[in-house]
Amino acid sequence: MPTVSMTVNGQAVSADVDARTLLVEYVREHLRLTGTHVGCDTSQCGACVVHLNGRAVKSCTTLAAQCEGAEVTTIEGLANGDDLHPMQEAFRENHGLQCGFCTPGMIMAAVDIVNRHGNDVDEQTIREELEGNLCRCTGYHNIVKSISAGAESMGS
Amino acid sequence: MYPFSYHRPTSVRKAATMLEKAEDPKLLAGGHTLLPTMKQRLAAPSDLVDLSGVEGMDAIEVKGRTLHVGAMARHADVAASEVVQEAIPALAGLAGGIGDPHVRARGTIGGSVANNDPNADYPAACLGLGATIVTNKRKIPADDFFVGMFETALEDGEIITKVTFPIPRKAGYAKFPNPASRYALVGVFASKRGKEIRVAVTGAAPCVFRASDMEEALAARFAPKSLEGVSIADDDLNSDIHASAAYRAHLVGVMARRAVAAA
Ligand SMILES: Cc1cc2nc3c(=O)[nH]c(=O)nc-3n(C[C@H](O)[C@H](O)[C@H](O)COP(=O)(O)OP(=O)(O)OC[C@H]3O[C@@H](n4cnc5c(N)ncnc54)[C@H](O)[C@@H]3O)c2cc1C
Ligand code: FES
Ligand code: FES
Repeated sequence: MPTVSMTVNGQAVSADVDARTLLVEYVREHLRLTGTHVGCDTSQCGACVVHLNGRAVKSCTTLAAQCEGAEVTTIEGLANGDDLHPMQEAFRENHGLQCGFCTPGMIMAAVDIVNRHGNDVDEQTIREELEGNLCRCTGYHNIVKSISAGAESMGS
Repeated sequence: MYPFSYHRPTSVRKAATMLEKAEDPKLLAGGHTLLPTMKQRLAAPSDLVDLSGVEGMDAIEVKGRTLHVGAMARHADVAASEVVQEAIPALAGLAGGIGDPHVRARGTIGGSVANNDPNADYPAACLGLGATIVTNKRKIPADDFFVGMFETALEDGEIITKVTFPIPRKAGYAKFPNPASRYALVGVFASKRGKEIRVAVTGAAPCVFRASDMEEALAARFAPKSLEGVSIADDDLNSDIHASAAYRAHLVGVMARRAVAAA
């Protein structure tokens, strides 16, 4: 069994895992960080999105072993203690979720969109960038609104 | 997934040795085709040889009049690369239209080309630009590389190290994405370099191919108008739940005109 060591939400972690272990399994089942969800397990829905070395990736389509030495941030790593991350706050304020299942992946994708496109990212870009995240509840309007608002407050 | 051993060599040479020694190995690049296939148990390699530990294999640079893209360059890197945007903007645009942002953060040009999915984007760029696929053993012209459905000229244990693209004078890519998967239902890459004109079609047939009638029509003048009335036969095109052969043939015409217009 390979030993994998990485930094998750700022903490160094290490474990012997079966080579088959997916990053999402490692995060949920070994580290017990269950905020990251598995929606489809077939690389389609984006519920499992985390940041790997600063980029949003689908953790159901990444082996834990591929993340040796990497920096991983999950939804649990965004808030600062009791203070929600501005993007989390924006989803709450703008009713950007209903059942909440897609939300961790949406928020991780949203922060990545802002990182790449800046705080004044326009609505059309946000919609295109959400290609890899599915929501079965909201109809996306409020998600897009949340991301616009979150993008703005991330800059202030 | 069935069990396998995982390796992360630090050089192409070491990777090649591992491929030789293992019983039924596979290279792992971005994993965005291979891992889903393994989850479905459609592939069950004994060993995965991960190329991500090989330093410099994702390099992107222009040498003379040729753009070199390392096999491990991720789609997102190619899309965002100023070097690519400057040299062949159509290639940067193509990479930026693959799948979704998360797929682009992991998927690589080497993996895409090696996989030769009939609906993939990169094979159209390789054939449409007259690229060369460079491996640890030889250099393979794109014209000889894409052999059939999911089939390439690669031999067992051969590793793509980079893809080199001669910089064209004009190039454009137009894709009609499958609305669900974002793969190309039909994609056409057209380019002009000196007297050489290439029109490569992906998504329409079991394997990427060149539309020679369209290339001839564009020889007189490289403009969308030259393609008016030029159609392609639908006999050998794919027909499936997504689109009939006749519809795909129609789309090839539309996408070709858009590609030339964009060039
Ligand atoms: C949701 C989703 C949407 C997608 N949409 C698109 C799309 O719109 N257009 C598109 O073109 N593609 C699309 N893809 C595919 C994506 O681009 C893949 O990343 C790509 O096809 C394979 O690249 P990879 O680096 O992930 O390769 P891997 O999955 O790691 O490998 C694929 C195959 O190539 C072999 N291989 C890898 N690297 C090398 C090398 N250097 N030398 C020799 N053999 C090698 C592997 O052994 C394996 O057989 C999509 C994928 C997903 C999951
Ligand atoms: S669970 Fe990873 S994309 Fe759906
Ligand atoms: S809020 Fe229910 S899936 Fe998005």
